[in-house]
Order: sequence, then structure tokens, then C-alpha cells
Amino acid sequence: MITLLLILFPILAGLLVLVSGNALAKKIAFSASIIELAISAFALSQFRINDTAQFMCNAPWIPSLGIHFKVAMDGISILLVLLTTVLVPLIILSRPSPTLPEGKGALSPSGRVGEGSFYFMVLFMQSALIGVFTSMDGFLFYIFWELALIPIWFICLLWGGEDRARITFKFFAYTLAGSLLMLVALVYVYLQTPLSLGEGPGVRSFDIQSLYEAGASLSSAEQTWIFWALFIAFAIKMPVFPFHTWQPDTYTNAPTQGTMLLSGIMLKMGTYGLIRWLLPMAPLGVQEWGNTAMILSIVGILYASVIAIMQKDFKRLIAYSSIAHVGLISAGIFSLTVQGLQGGMMQMLAHGINVVGLFFVVDILFNRTNTSEIPKLGGIRNITPWFATLFMVVLLGSVALPLTNGFVGEFLLLNGIYQYDAGMAAFAGLTVILGAVYMFRGYQKIMLGETNSLTSAFTDLTFNEKAVLIPIVILIIAMGVYPKPVLDIAEPAVMRILNIIHP
Amino acid sequence: MKILYILTGLGVLAMLAEIFRFKKFLFPKVLLGLLLAIAAAVWDWNTNIHYYNNMLTFDNYALLFSIVICATAFLWVLSSQDFFSNASNQTDYYALSLFALCGAVIMVSYTNLLMLFLGIEILSIPIYVLAGSRKDDLSSNESALKYFLMGAFATGFLLFGITLVYGACGTFDLGVLGTYIGSPESITSWRGPGGETLLFAGILLILIGMSFKVAAVPFHFWTPDVYQGAPTPVTAFMSTIVKTAAFAAFLRLFMSCFVGYASLWNDIIWTLAALSILLGNITAVYQSNVKRMLAYSGISHAGYMMLAILTSGDMSSGAVLYYSAAYSVASIGAFAVLAIVEQHTPSLPSPKGKEEGVQPSPFGTAGGRERSSGGGGIDSFTGLSKRNPLLAFSMTISMLSLAGIPPLAGFFGKYYLFSSALQSGYVWLVLIAVLGSLIGVYYYLKVIIKIYSPPQPSQRDGDESSKLLSFGQPKVASEALGWSITILIFLTIALSLLLGIFPDLIIRLI
Repeated sequence: MITLLLILFPILAGLLVLVSGNALAKKIAFSASIIELAISAFALSQFRINDTAQFMCNAPWIPSLGIHFKVAMDGISILLVLLTTVLVPLIILSRPSPTLPEGKGALSPSGRVGEGSFYFMVLFMQSALIGVFTSMDGFLFYIFWELALIPIWFICLLWGGEDRARITFKFFAYTLAGSLLMLVALVYVYLQTPLSLGEGPGVRSFDIQSLYEAGASLSSAEQTWIFWALFIAFAIKMPVFPFHTWQPDTYTNAPTQGTMLLSGIMLKMGTYGLIRWLLPMAPLGVQEWGNTAMILSIVGILYASVIAIMQKDFKRLIAYSSIAHVGLISAGIFSLTVQGLQGGMMQMLAHGINVVGLFFVVDILFNRTNTSEIPKLGGIRNITPWFATLFMVVLLGSVALPLTNGFVGEFLLLNGIYQYDAGMAAFAGLTVILGAVYMFRGYQKIMLGETNSLTSAFTDLTFNEKAVLIPIVILIIAMGVYPKPVLDIAEPAVMRILNIIHP
Repeated sequence: MKILYILTGLGVLAMLAEIFRFKKFLFPKVLLGLLLAIAAAVWDWNTNIHYYNNMLTFDNYALLFSIVICATAFLWVLSSQDFFSNASNQTDYYALSLFALCGAVIMVSYTNLLMLFLGIEILSIPIYVLAGSRKDDLSSNESALKYFLMGAFATGFLLFGITLVYGACGTFDLGVLGTYIGSPESITSWRGPGGETLLFAGILLILIGMSFKVAAVPFHFWTPDVYQGAPTPVTAFMSTIVKTAAFAAFLRLFMSCFVGYASLWNDIIWTLAALSILLGNITAVYQSNVKRMLAYSGISHAGYMMLAILTSGDMSSGAVLYYSAAYSVASIGAFAVLAIVEQHTPSLPSPKGKEEGVQPSPFGTAGGRERSSGGGGIDSFTGLSKRNPLLAFSMTISMLSLAGIPPLAGFFGKYYLFSSALQSGYVWLVLIAVLGSLIGVYYYLKVIIKIYSPPQPSQRDGDESSKLLSFGQPKVASEALGWSITILIFLTIALSLLLGIFPDLIIRLI
């Protein structure tokens, strides 16, 4: 039941936000997300570390097609649910309270939709994301997958930058194309599941276990087909080279909170999909084509890192760095080793936290100076000790310095890739060096040097901003120093997936 | 059968209203009558009675489609109160549309080819008149004439086909025809060796006639002009009720009767479906007039629904039923909003003379011709979210449902159709259909993006030159919405969500 509560609570709270009016919107949304966090923490305290799916809620939804509303959490799910419930309050808090327009109702005089709708979209998105991470039914998974797209599309469309109509369209079209491919693949496997015996015409099943079994029983050629359909869908979401072209524009153009949702949580839908659906459903396909997918991921790492080095805009730089990081996660997952998958889990959490911190830093820079172009900034460290320190820690986490959360994940991932192929690990390892290059150069040019006319008026962090960045910094260090609980929770579930692939 | 009596009675009542002068209360009476008709259909559930020597059969298939048609008509009447009340001869409009509904009910319940023909005619003739109901508007007249000519043409094909089938088998009865077709020897023995050829030709001609009616490519050329020219409520009627009835008739004939010759028409329907999906969607992308765009998108929806005829399995009647319900709800919602937006858009001066040169048109010219009744250009939706959030939200839901985005009804309709086709092994056609719906997303989103984008700066300025440009920026205030439209909007939103989240409500019925 607690899973169902986790899914339903945000959307109901969102409706409350919608009717509450713009002035109260942020407060209600924030309280709701804190309650949601408390619920998920309670779930964690009740969670027993083993490989079963717990807190199951299973009800027939469309019985004539064998579709169930089946949600549950195993170790992998609960970690990602926690990531969502931790990040959403921070994302809500990070949005500056607007100077309220005098207009009433849901619309401000500028023709844009009001704040209430914004927080509604965020909470709606949270529901959908938690649904994605907990669905144990293929059809339900698809529905939540698509549901997550709608609010983020509206967030980008309504609150995005200049060229938003074109960019959000590209984003929508790309991800929708991917998910339709995924749907076709899911239905194809569904049609291979056995007909249940019983009265009337037999019914097939979308249950995850039946899909695993039906998928694994397919011929190698069919599995290749399934593999690519699912891989492209997930690769677009992550995004992995060469399916990434929507990402830099969308990340740059979206409002900061939208970018945080996209990169911090939504991206994990793709990597989660790889682990939960792709690996067990097409094991032969993975063995045959996993190598190619790894090569694509590693090409993506190098390509994105090199482009990130050349970026002048800091927001865009982080967008590209995100492609590099997620490429490493994907490569680690396809290594099919325990370390690779565990590292993938760890890095999903770490990247989510770090990237939200980084985008918040960009937001702070932009709000104070109206630019995020690296060459225009400089010397901010001299006047803002708090900002400089917290920014530095987030940055260190992102470049994977030991004792930060990024290190644990990257180390395990590279270890896993090394076990698979040493040469690939060598190339993938370049990400550490290249990452340090672009990140530190960015920091150097923004924070060090002479204070110029643009940055001289830079004020240090407000209380609100500290309230967002300090929890992030604490998480970065805590997970880096003592990652064991995370790895322990994930391990049984990861082993179970691996056992399906190598019986 | 009760449903047919009630609808006919209502039609007659509407005509009497003119004579006995109780026009005022006709609107609620018609709404009530439609509800009564639905109740009558529910009452008849599971009875499966044959009427008039097996000319009509009200089995569950017929009843369900009748219910969908009457429910759509209920929504449609709610949405077009203005259309009725502003007309000087509103009773005629009511009567015509109610008689058209009778035709639609006959089309879904026939078990005799003659009744199919009669149903189509009873449905079509009132629509020809309604399409031309804006008598002083050239494009409305054009629409009526084109629709009439094309409709007559198609009926010719259909009738010729029916004749040939009769010639081959000696019967109009679907059941008897089915047994003949099941055993080709009996035709040969009755008709000699040429009998089967007659039957083939007959089936193909019927196929062509039906394809005209459902507007499948390449028999679709009449749709855009007819849809655009007709008054918007009539267009809504054509694209929902007429389409539902035509598909129910199409499916009934091919599923229960001609299925024995599936190898003959399978490839043809495959091609028609693929062409309709691709051409319909691709052409819709280039439309700048929303009505035309909906016309082309309707063609593509016809293509999707033809997948069900192709599969002709257990799932196909459920799939068509669900799809037409989902499509009708979303379309009625979209057309209702469109009608309001159109009304509040000052119509352009007719594109003649020098005015045309002076005033740049806010409606692009791609694909569509300029018309004097030119409201409904996509630009007239710009900033609708600011002018009237409720309308904007309703249009957004309709567009997302038509585009097939979960959890709205349109998604599940597509899902059900595609998966039944996949089950029958039409992988390539499903891939084409998926590609088509992906293209479809483009033009549906285009409308949503327009709705939520702020008006152009030049149109907000108050100076003289920009006032000329501000045709696309009418004021639509919430206060302007009548109660019936408000109810309709909430009903369509609720139905789109309800059907989408609980599809089992409908599909397990059939």
C-alpha cells in the first residue's frame, strides 16, 4: 500500500496546489514534497534487504488484456524512489518566489501560466516518476513513462527560454519516438506470453515475470529486434550518443527546475529501464549487441567531454558533462558485471544529486549576473565565501574526487568495464581526466581571477539557497565516505537481474 | 428498435415544434430524448431481436454502436446550441440531424444489404442539406454541392456492388450471403462459372463505396473542402457520427459476411490503410487552417480504424467501438472549441479586390485556400490560454487524446487497434501506423504550442498599423461561454480521462 501512497500522494497534493492560488502554491508544494520524503523514509525503514519486491500493491486494471496495476519496490526501485523524493523538495525550494503578478486565477498578465500550475506539474511529474520506478507491469510502466513526459514538456514549453516552441517540440518528438518503439517491443513480447487457462478466451499477461520469461524464450534474431527497440528508447531518454541531439538545447532552454528534473531524475528512467527491462527481457540480444551499445556509450563519453571542454556557456557545459556521465553508467551496465551494475546504481544517485547542485549553481549565477557565459564571469570567490565553498564541493563530487559520492560510482563502473574489456576501460577512464579539465577550468574562470564589473555586485547565498545547497553537499560527502548502505540495498536486486542473464 | 422509434419521434416532434410554436424548449427536449434513446438501447441489451424479416437486427453490436452514436449526438447537440438557436429555421436543423441519426442507427444494425443502402441514404441526405445550411456563404454552398456529388458517386458504386453481389448469390441477407461465400461451389452451381467473378466485382465495388464514406485515401479528396466549407458544428457531426456509423457498417459487412474472401480484399485494405495513415498525417502537417487539419487527421484516423477491418478477429469490433468513442469525444471537444474561437475571430474581408493586397492575412496559405469564412486559422488560437484558460485546457486535452498520449482515451484506442493488428501478424503495417501517429503528434502539438504562446508583440501594441494585423487576436472571455458549452467541456474532459484510465468499461462489453 505504501507504494501506492507514494504514487498518489504527490498528484493529489498537486491538485490542492492548483486550487490553492499562487501565493500559497510554493509552501503547499514544499510541505507535500517533505511529507512524501517522510513516507519514503518510512518505507526505507521497513525495507528488508533481500531480492524480493516488497510493498506490493496488485489489482486487476484491464483484466480482459491481462493488465494489472502492480507496483512494488525492490532494492533498485527504492533507491531511485528515494532519489526522487529527496530531489523534488530541493527542486521546489530552489525556485525563487516570484514577485506575484496582480492578476487572479491561473494566468499572469504576461500570458504565462501561474506558479500554482508550475508546482502542480512538478508534483505530477513526481508521481509519474515514482510510478516508473515501481511498476511491475509492462503496460503500467509504459503509461507512467509517457505520463512523466507530459508535465516536463509543459514546464519547458510554458516557462522555457526564447526558442522554446521549436526545442520542446524536438524533445517531445524524440522521446515519443523512442517510447513508441518501446511500446511495440513490449507488445511483441506480450503476445508471446502464454495464454492463461480459465473461463472464456485466454488472457495473456503484461506481468514483469511473464515478460521476462517470454522475452528470454525468443530466438536470438527476435531478441536482437527487442534489444534495439528498447535500447533506442532508453538511449534517447538518457541520452546516449548518437541519440543525444535533443538534450543540450532542451537542458539549456528549459527553466532551471525543469533542467533539474530532466537531468536529476528523468534521465535515470533510461538507465533504470536498461537494468529493469532491457537486460532481463532480451538476454541473448544483450549478449550479442551489448558490446555495440558499450562502444556507443564510450564514444558518447569522449565526444561529450570534448564538446564540454569547448563550451562557453556553463549551463551547456553541464548538459554535455551529463551526457558523458550517463554514457559511463550505460557502459558499466552493459559490462554485465556486479561491479558495473552496482556502480551504475551508485552513480545514478550520485549524478542525480550532483547535477541538481550544479544546475542550481548555474541558476544562482544567472539570477545575479544575467549570464551563464564563462568568459564574462570571474572573481566571484573573492566576495562570496559560502557560494565558493559549496560550489567547490559539488564540483568535486562531479569530477569524482575520492571521498565524494562520484568517486564510488565511477570507480565501480570503471572496474566493471575493465573486467569486460581493458581497452574500453582505458577509453572510458578518460572521462575522469577530461571531466576534471572542463569542470576545473569552468570553476577557475568563473570563481577565480579578477572581479569584473558584472560580478562585483555578486551577493553571497541567501538562506533559501543555502537550504538547497547544504543538504546536497552533505549527501555528496556522506555517500562518498560511507556508501555501504546504498550498495547493500541494491545488491540482492542486482544479483537477481544478473542471474537471469547468466543462469 | 425502440431507439429508432424514439429518434424518429423526436425528429417529427422537432418539425411539429415549428407549427405549434414551442421552439423555445426544443433544446432540452432533444437532449432528454437522446438520453431516453440511450436508455432504450440499454433496456434492449442482450435481446438480439430481428425485425422485418431479418432486415434489421438489434444485437449487442448494433446496440453498443447505437449508444455510442446517441451519446456522441448528445455531446454534439450540447456543443452546437448556438448553431441551432441562431438559425431562423432551427426546427429544421433539429429535425434533419435527428433523421440523420436514424440513418446512422440503421447503418449499425442492418442485416440486409438493402437496409445498408437505405441507412446510408437516410444519413447522407440530411447532411447534404445541413452542410449547405449557411445559405449566403459561398463556401458552405460549395461544401454541400461537393459532398452531394461525391456522396452520390460513392452510393452509385455501392449500389452497383450490391447489385452484383445479388446477381451472384441471389440474396441481400447477410447471413445467407455469408454461407454462400463460405462455400464458393454453391455460387458456381447456382450461377455457372461466371458467378464468382460477379461476386468479386461486387465486393470490390462495395469496398470502394465504403471507402468513400469513411474517407480513406485515395477516396478522400472531398473531405478537406467539405469539412472546411460546412458550418463547424456540421463538420463535427460529419467527422464523428457519420464516421462511426460508416465504420460500424463497414466492419459488420466485412467481418460477418465477406470474411470468406479475405484473401481478395486483405491486400487492398492493407494498402488503403497504409496510404490513409501516411498521406493523412503528412498532409495535415502542412495545413494552417485547423478545420482542414482536423479533416486530414480524420483521414488518418480512418486509416487506423481500417486496421481493425483487416484483422477481423475477436478484438476488432471492440477496437472499432472503443476507438470511435474515444475519437468522437475528443473531436467533439475540439470542434466545439474551434467553433467558439471562430465565432470570436472577425472574419476576414473576402479575398477579392484590393483589400487583399492591403491586409496581410494571419492565416498562412499553405495547403488551404483563403475563404471568406476564414476563421479557424491556426493563428487564431495564439494566446488562447490567456484569453480563456478553460477552452485552452479543453483543446489541449482533445489534441493530446487525438495524438494518442496516455492516459487519455485516444492512446488506449490506438494501443488496442495496433496490438490486435500485431497479434494478427501485420508488423509492418503497425510500424507504419506508429510512424504515422508520430507525425500526427507534430500537428496536434502545434496547436497546443500556439495556445500557450503569448501573442506576438506587434499585436499587443496599440498603434494603428498593428490593429490591422490583430485579426487573429480576438477576445474570448469566459463569461461568453454558455452553460451548455461549459457542461460539454467538462464532459469531454472527464470522458477522455475516464475512458482512457478504465478502458475495460467499454471493451469488455462486446
